[in-house]
Amino acid sequence: MSLIEARDVYKTYTLGSQKFNALDGVSLVIEKGEYIAIMGPSGSGKSTLMHIIGCLDTPTAGQYLFKDRDITSLSDHELAQLRNSEIGFVFQSFNLLARISAFKNVEMPMMYARRSAAERGRKVDAALERVGLTGRRNNKPNELSGGEMQRVAIARALINDPAIILADEPTGNLDSRTGVEIMKLFDDLARQGNTLILVTHDAGVARHARRVVRIVDGRIETGDRPAQVESLEGPLGDAERPVSVPRNP
Amino acid sequence: MSFLDLIRTSLANFRSHKMRAFLTVLGIVIGVMTVISILSLIQGMNASVEKQIQSLGSNTIMLQKAAWGMGRLDVEEISKRKDLTLDDADAIALLPAVARVSPLKSRQLNSVKYRGHKATDVEVDGSNADLQFVANYSVESGRFLTRDDYQHRAHVCVIGGYIVDNLFPNEDPVGKELNLGTGRFLIVGVLARKGSFLGQSQDNVIIVPYTTYELTFPKALGFGGLFGLTIQIQARSTGDIEKAVDQIRELMRRRRGLSYDKPDNFGINTQDTIRSIYKNITGVAYIVMIAVAAISLLVGGIGIMNIMLVSVTERTKEIGLRKALGASSQNILVQFLTEAVILSGIGGLIGVGLGLGTAGIISALTPLKAAAPIWTIFLGFGFSAVVGIFFGIYPANRAARLNPIEALRYE
Repeated sequence: MSLIEARDVYKTYTLGSQKFNALDGVSLVIEKGEYIAIMGPSGSGKSTLMHIIGCLDTPTAGQYLFKDRDITSLSDHELAQLRNSEIGFVFQSFNLLARISAFKNVEMPMMYARRSAAERGRKVDAALERVGLTGRRNNKPNELSGGEMQRVAIARALINDPAIILADEPTGNLDSRTGVEIMKLFDDLARQGNTLILVTHDAGVARHARRVVRIVDGRIETGDRPAQVESLEGPLGDAERPVSVPRNP
Repeated sequence: MSFLDLIRTSLANFRSHKMRAFLTVLGIVIGVMTVISILSLIQGMNASVEKQIQSLGSNTIMLQKAAWGMGRLDVEEISKRKDLTLDDADAIALLPAVARVSPLKSRQLNSVKYRGHKATDVEVDGSNADLQFVANYSVESGRFLTRDDYQHRAHVCVIGGYIVDNLFPNEDPVGKELNLGTGRFLIVGVLARKGSFLGQSQDNVIIVPYTTYELTFPKALGFGGLFGLTIQIQARSTGDIEKAVDQIRELMRRRRGLSYDKPDNFGINTQDTIRSIYKNITGVAYIVMIAVAAISLLVGGIGIMNIMLVSVTERTKEIGLRKALGASSQNILVQFLTEAVILSGIGGLIGVGLGLGTAGIISALTPLKAAAPIWTIFLGFGFSAVVGIFFGIYPANRAARLNPIEALRYE
């Protein structure tokens, strides 16, 4: 059983009388424990694919199986439960609630999972420790640095022990040095056996993954060949330099 | 999310928007305060009128020349009606549902004097010994009129508290004598105070035997003259009032030879007659007052809706995030509804408190009396919660239906 399997997935938007396929027959299999990057320029359909993988959206046609469950048939409530228990989101702009503390931000998914306050307290503290923020649990986001905010967001993504962690341009709002630290954290999580999906247009980020999937114009162009990224973007370890990726050719 | 978490989340949200929460609550506070204070004043007024109606005497029926009611009296038609007679009274006394009967004639004296003291606008009643029970009088000192007084046309009287205050401020009136009309009357008793009825003192009264009254006062003129003799009747029990009224009506129609298609040419008045007149006069006014109060509650509700809509728009991104983290549409709906209901509930509580306070202040400073039965409090509180749900459901639904992807993109 694969963890995730997309079979000939289409996502079609209608703009006036024009139909437009944001995803044009995408098939993709992701196994448990994989560390994968989905790369593509903006407008390529990678955000749409991420939304479908993250169960925020459903395909227009085709099948998307999450742990062998066809999510196209799930209700709003079932999708919400699936997102809550199986998917940990990390966003480019962190998306922390400004008016509550780091602790409460991390705790939020557990509240929707209806865990007891005692269990919540224990697990949130453990998660904060795991991302190295034990001392910052009562600080509000505006008292944290960008890197710290992203760490809070990662702790929040981990809190319900999800099947996948889905990170959308996780270093996009960080300076390069902080970006490297965050990527190191992701690498650690991958080593510990978590399934990680990075969605990025940044080859320096994608290079951390063990597999890179390139998407252009709603179709998957290349799969499972990390070597290609290397050859395109230069030597490993050069995370500081922002790398431009060719736009739609 | 558990109920407790919902409330905590809502409260945290209010804390970060204190001014906004306060202004939202204010609308509801004013609405509920108005409803509660008006309701409790109305209740107070109703209770005091009811008490006054009771003070007229229990199970009392008044047979008169005309029925009380709203609208114009046809004075000419009434003046042509036959006067009631003592024979009528005697006949009524024999009816099975009737316990006691008192004939009663009344007139207003401009003034009554005693050794330089003066009481004005005094009502003099001529009646019999049974009036004490029929009209619910109790005697404070001395005695009431007796059967002998009535039969022997005794020149005796009992007086109300107002007369004592004005004529005998420092002495015991029992045993003193008063000049009334053409006669001289010995005071034999003082009545316990009854208070006022619809703003009119019931203690400004002197009661003499009916027989002596007829001797002392020439035929009365004006309104009293128009009505002539009133027969006050006490039914055997409260439950017998209706039966007694029917028996009296039948008897009087028979005595006057009225055919079945003719209307009564006399009036039977009970406490219910007074109640229905009171309700007629005040009912519309009450409805208007409550409607005005309800409108202010409505305005408060619209305020809640307005603020909630702003809040939903402002928190679009938060809603998207919550959905991404596992909140279902229902979770979001319940969360926003909870916020609306908590705000309006708090407003309702404060409003009930302030409303009762306002009613209390009004009743302390004016003759109006306030009374707030428990149900008005629940009503005010319940109303505000309903307003919260009603005006919160639209914004909450709007929040719940946001698409998480678009909401997350919202800046």
